Amino acid sequence: MKKTNTKLIRPEIERRAFLKNCSKTFPSLLFLVASFDVQNILANENGSYDPTQHNYAMGVNIKKCIGCARCADACKSENKVPREPHFFRTWIERYVIPEDGEPIVDSPNGGIDGFPEISEKLHIERTFFVPKLCNHCVNAPCVQVCPVGATFATKDGVVLVDPKWCVGCRYCIQACPYGARYLHPETEVADKCTFCYHRITDGKLPACVEVCPTQTRIFGERGKKSSPLRRFFKFNEIHTLKPGLNTKPKVYYAGLDGEVI
Amino acid sequence: MSKIPQQVIPIIIILMVVVGAFIAARNIFVPESFGEQGHFRTEAIQENMDLEQVYAGADACYDCHDDIVETKSGSYHKGVACEVCHGPALQHIDAPDEFTPRAPRERGYCPLCHGYNPSRPSGFPQIIAERHNPGKACMSCHNPHNPLLPHAPEECAACHRDIASVKILSHHATLPCTQCHTIEKGHKSSPKFTKAHKPTDNSTCEYCHNKGSNGNKLAPKINAEEHSDRYLCWDCHYPHYPEAY
Repeated sequence: MKKTNTKLIRPEIERRAFLKNCSKTFPSLLFLVASFDVQNILANENGSYDPTQHNYAMGVNIKKCIGCARCADACKSENKVPREPHFFRTWIERYVIPEDGEPIVDSPNGGIDGFPEISEKLHIERTFFVPKLCNHCVNAPCVQVCPVGATFATKDGVVLVDPKWCVGCRYCIQACPYGARYLHPETEVADKCTFCYHRITDGKLPACVEVCPTQTRIFGERGKKSSPLRRFFKFNEIHTLKPGLNTKPKVYYAGLDGEVI
Repeated sequence: MSKIPQQVIPIIIILMVVVGAFIAARNIFVPESFGEQGHFRTEAIQENMDLEQVYAGADACYDCHDDIVETKSGSYHKGVACEVCHGPALQHIDAPDEFTPRAPRERGYCPLCHGYNPSRPSGFPQIIAERHNPGKACMSCHNPHNPLLPHAPEECAACHRDIASVKILSHHATLPCTQCHTIEKGHKSSPKFTKAHKPTDNSTCEYCHNKGSNGNKLAPKINAEEHSDRYLCWDCHYPHYPEAY
């Protein structure tokens, strides 16, 4: 019985046929009402979105990043982020760690126009790119400090901004330990990465993940077997940014260097 | 029940007015959906979901451009989505004739990924754009949908090694010898009796390099009528290494 059930439920059309058949006789109708969350099934049949079924997260493999910043460029197109510098929802940082001295971190225009040459006098020990974005923290400081409730975490684990309700006080920009927020110069409200919420709830990938040519960015869901993140977690050493702050970020880095802040 | 002291009554009235005013103001100013799921407007979730999309996604291109998608899916660029280079294309899917996605052919575009940068992971194919065939469009040697290393034709090099070894360094590296030379059947087995022919007039060069010619759209163009009518092209330009002169 169980075997047939899973077989029936798996493809969408079979489920519809199953539900239809269930409604034909009284005992099976009773069984249907008793065993399923009918409303939930009907909602999914209509194609509406159930946030409780998802827990989105992102993986970033630093060893694969080539610093082309197509992600930052695509993000600006998709989310209408101002083109001029210093307004970014995601950006690329270049870390240059010399043999002696402090690490040099730069991100001219988020990396979109490329990176300047490194001085030949510098003896490079190691150097790499780090894509940065909102970490969609489980314990998000920005959500805690917002005085009006204009930024919040959804049930599917995405931290969003309500631009109609934000008063532009900049508390959240100060509170974010990752510098992921900025004040939009036109709307004068706080803005940041939403994991492309309008895309992911439509079953698509975030724009940055879509255009990443080296699959540095992996988008998926925590706790789902079919998620590409599962493989990412299995085969990489995973770290998050500033774990000591107990923000519990949901952007996971593979190959993260100790110098990255 | 004791009587309420007279002096307390105005205070109670003021308090009720203040509380009433607060409740009324709260009803007006706080949006209806505020607090349903937490300390925020529930409508804001839907508003975020309803934002306009710009990128179509990797699967969308296959419906019409299946030939290119299939070429690309077997190449080194299989992981590079169409929209990386061609830009956001959802508009193109809604109205294919009205909006054409960009197709970056300029030399500056490919080095965004393939220009040498020490911070890039080792093993990633990189070039130094200033030294790598300066002035030549990347597409004239590399097909972006199947980016293999260009293969210089070698069939003549067994005898004409001196020419081949110069030509391989030039902008003409990928052109086969037969692009300009007509070769009679049997030239390879008895070269002394069946000759290879050289071009006799400028039309061979003008096939690609004259203004408006279609031989190779990326080749540098001249206006043949104004350029020179008294000389043959190879009086000044050496065809096997044209950029040297």
